[in-house]
Amino acid sequence: MMHADPNCVLTGTHFMNGDAACCEGAIAAGARFAAGYPITPSTEVVERFAARVPKIGGIFIQMEDELAASITLQGMVWAGAKSFTVTSGPGYSLMMEHIGFAAMTETPCVFVNVQRGGPSTGLPTLPAQGDMMQARFGSHGDYSTISLVPNSPQECFSLTVKAFNLAEKFRVPVMFMMDECVGHMTEKVVIPDAKEIEVTPRRHASKPPSEFLLFEPGEELVPEMAHAGEGYKVYVTGLTHDKRGYPLMNPASQKELIPRLFEKISRAADELTIVESEGLEDADVVVVSYGITSRVAQRAIEMARAKGLKVGKLRLICVWPFPEKLIRELAPKVKALVMPELNMGQVVIELERCAGGQCKVISVPHPGGTVHKPADILAAIERGAQ
Amino acid sequence: MPKGSVAVTAERCKGCGFCVEFCPTHVLELSNAFNAKGYHPPHMVNAEKCSGCNLCGMYCPDFAIFGYRFPDAKNQKKEA
Amino acid sequence: MSTTADLHIHNPVEDVLRKERIPTIWCPGCGIGTTVNSFAAALLGQDIDLKKTAIVSGIGCSGRVSGYMALDSFHTTHGRAIPFATGLKLANPELNVIVYSGDGDLTSIGGNHLIHAARRNMDIMVVCVNNMIYAMTGGQAAATTPGNSITTTSPFGSFEPEICLPQLVDAAGAVFVARWTAYHVKQLERTMAKALKKKGFRFIEVLTPCPTLYQRRNNMGDGLAAMVDYKNRSKIRNGAPTYEVALEPGGEIVVGEFVDREREDYLTRMRRQLGTNYSELPPQPEEEEQEGCCSSC
Repeated sequence: MMHADPNCVLTGTHFMNGDAACCEGAIAAGARFAAGYPITPSTEVVERFAARVPKIGGIFIQMEDELAASITLQGMVWAGAKSFTVTSGPGYSLMMEHIGFAAMTETPCVFVNVQRGGPSTGLPTLPAQGDMMQARFGSHGDYSTISLVPNSPQECFSLTVKAFNLAEKFRVPVMFMMDECVGHMTEKVVIPDAKEIEVTPRRHASKPPSEFLLFEPGEELVPEMAHAGEGYKVYVTGLTHDKRGYPLMNPASQKELIPRLFEKISRAADELTIVESEGLEDADVVVVSYGITSRVAQRAIEMARAKGLKVGKLRLICVWPFPEKLIRELAPKVKALVMPELNMGQVVIELERCAGGQCKVISVPHPGGTVHKPADILAAIERGAQ
Repeated sequence: MPKGSVAVTAERCKGCGFCVEFCPTHVLELSNAFNAKGYHPPHMVNAEKCSGCNLCGMYCPDFAIFGYRFPDAKNQKKEA
Repeated sequence: MSTTADLHIHNPVEDVLRKERIPTIWCPGCGIGTTVNSFAAALLGQDIDLKKTAIVSGIGCSGRVSGYMALDSFHTTHGRAIPFATGLKLANPELNVIVYSGDGDLTSIGGNHLIHAARRNMDIMVVCVNNMIYAMTGGQAAATTPGNSITTTSPFGSFEPEICLPQLVDAAGAVFVARWTAYHVKQLERTMAKALKKKGFRFIEVLTPCPTLYQRRNNMGDGLAAMVDYKNRSKIRNGAPTYEVALEPGGEIVVGEFVDREREDYLTRMRRQLGTNYSELPPQPEEEEQEGCCSSC
C-alpha cells in the first residue's frame, strides 16, 4: 500500500463544496490526468482540476464531447496514468459505450456522475438519483462494476480516494454517483495528512514481456497490467479476447472471460459491503437510503423515534454490488424496509428482490428536482411499523 | 544470372494477383496449384529476370511473398 | 533457387507483424494489407523506437490493422481511436502514437474527433484507409462513398456526395496532409516515413480496393482491377490546394503530399503557455468559498 503524495494533498480543514472535494480526492488518490466535457452540475470538479494539475505535473483536456472524454481517459490509463472523467445525466448516457469498454478491457478508472433530474435534458441544475440503474446496467452486454455514493462533501473527498483505490484493485471502472445537492453543498471537509491517505498502486506486470499474458487472471482473478511504451506489445481490444488479449470470438472464450469479470467483484462481496448503519438490532422498520436522500431520511428517523417507533438506519455507501447478504439477513428480523430515492423506484427493485418477501418493502419515490420531505418518509415508516 | 528471387508462403496467399500485375520484370504468374484455401499462389515463370526488388512483397496484402536479392558483398540481410 | 532459410532472410514486414495472427481476416484483393507493407517499411526504415510506438484503431476492416502489428496495439470502439490516442499521447508524450483506421470509422462516426484533433494539432499520425464503404458490416454507404453508388443501404444509388478528407483536415489545421492509393506503395512508404518524423497532427488518406463489398455491387471488377484503375487515374500533384483534390467518380485521383507546414502542437503550446516548469507557477488562490457557476443560467 502506498500513500498520497504530500506535495499534492491540501491537508487541513476546509470549507468546500462536494465538487471541489471530489477533485481533491482524485488528486490525493493519484489522478494527474482527466478528460472532460462541460456539463452542469458537475463541471466545477474539472474546473478545479484544470487549475490544480499544471502545478503538480498533470493534464486536464477538455474534449469535443463526452464520447471522446470517456475514451481519452482510458488512453491515459493505458499510458500509465490514473485518470477520470466527470459528467452528469446526458453526458453519462454518451459515456456508456466506454464504460463497457473499460469493463471489457479491465481499465481501472473512475467515472464521476453528479446526478441531475432527467430523462433527457431534464433538470440541469437540480438533483436526482435517476441514474442508479444506468450505473449498474447502462452499457450494453453483461458486466459488473462498482458504484459508490457519497452523502456529504467530506465523503466526496474520502470516497473519491476509495473509488480510485477500488478501480485499481479490481481493474474496473468505478462509478462515483454524486448528485447536484452533494456536489453543490458547501461544508467542512477535513483533508488528512498525506501519510494517512492510502493509495492503491496499479497491479503492474511482475513478469518480463516474454512471459507475460496481459489478461491472465492473477491474484483475486484480476490480471496484471502493462502499459504502452514499456515493451510489452500489449494488445487491448473490446472484442472478446483470450489471455493474450487477442480477439477470440466463440462461446468458450466468452464463457472464460465474462463470468470472471463478474466473479472478481462478487467474490469480494463482503469487502464491498460498505454501509453506515445504526439501530438495526431492535428495529421494526429500517430506512435504507443512499446519497443526499440519506440525510433527509435521518431527519425522518429522528421524527419517528420521537414518536416511539423502533427505526433503524441503513445507508448504502456502495450501492453496486448491492449488499445482498446483509439485506437477506436483515429482512426476516424487521417488519419493513423503507427506501426513499430521488427516482421513481430503482434500487428498491434490488432491495425487494433481496428481501425475498420476508418483510414489507416500501418505496418512497420522488421524481427529483428537490429532496424528499421528511414527512413523506415518516409516513412510510409509520406504514411499515403497522 | 538473376539478381534475386522471391519466396512465397503459399498458405497465406489469397490469389489477388497484385504481385503478378505489378512485377516490373513480369517474373510471376499465378500457378495452377491450389493452396489449402483453394487459392492459386504465384510462382516464377521468368526467374532469370527477377531483380529481387521486393515490389511484389510491397504489394502483397497478405504478406505471402517477398523478393530478396542474392547475397553479394553489398547486400547481406540478417535474421532478426 | 536457394531457400530463404539457407539465406537467413525473411519477409522484412514480419519484423513488425504479429506473425501468429496471419492470415488476416481481409478478403482476397483487399488493399489494407498493402498499405500495411508501406507502413511497416516506413517504420523499419526510420530511427524509431518500436517499443515506444503505439498503434490505435477503431472498428472495421481497417480497424484490425492495430491487432496485426507487433507494437502496443489498441483496438478501441467505433470512431474513437483518435481520442484514445490523444489520451495515450498526453499521459506519455514519449510515445509515437499512430491511428490506423478506416474511412467510416474516422470520418463519419469519428468525424468530430478528427476535426478537433487536427484543430488542437495533437501530435499523432492518422492513417485513414479509405475503401469508400462500410465493409465489415456488409457494404453500407459511407460518408466517403461516391455519389450514386449502389450499396446495401442505397440500393437505388446513394443520394449523397462524398466528403473530401484532405480538404476537411487541412481546414481544421492538420500540419501534414497527403493522399495516395494502395497502388502507390513506394510513395506511400516515403510519405509515411516523412510523417512519422513530423510533429503535430498528420493525416494520410490511402484509397484501397474493396472488391467484395463496394466494387462488386457497382460492376467495378476485382481488387486488381481497382489497383490498375488507381494506376491509370491517379495524378501526382504535390502541394495541390486541397480544395482541388475532391474525388469524382471516374475522374482524376489527385494524389501526393498536399500540406506540410509547421504549427505548434498541443503539448508544446501547453508547455509554452504554462512555462517550462509547472511547479514554478504562482500558487493559485484558494477558491473554496466561491460558488463557481451561475446555476440557473
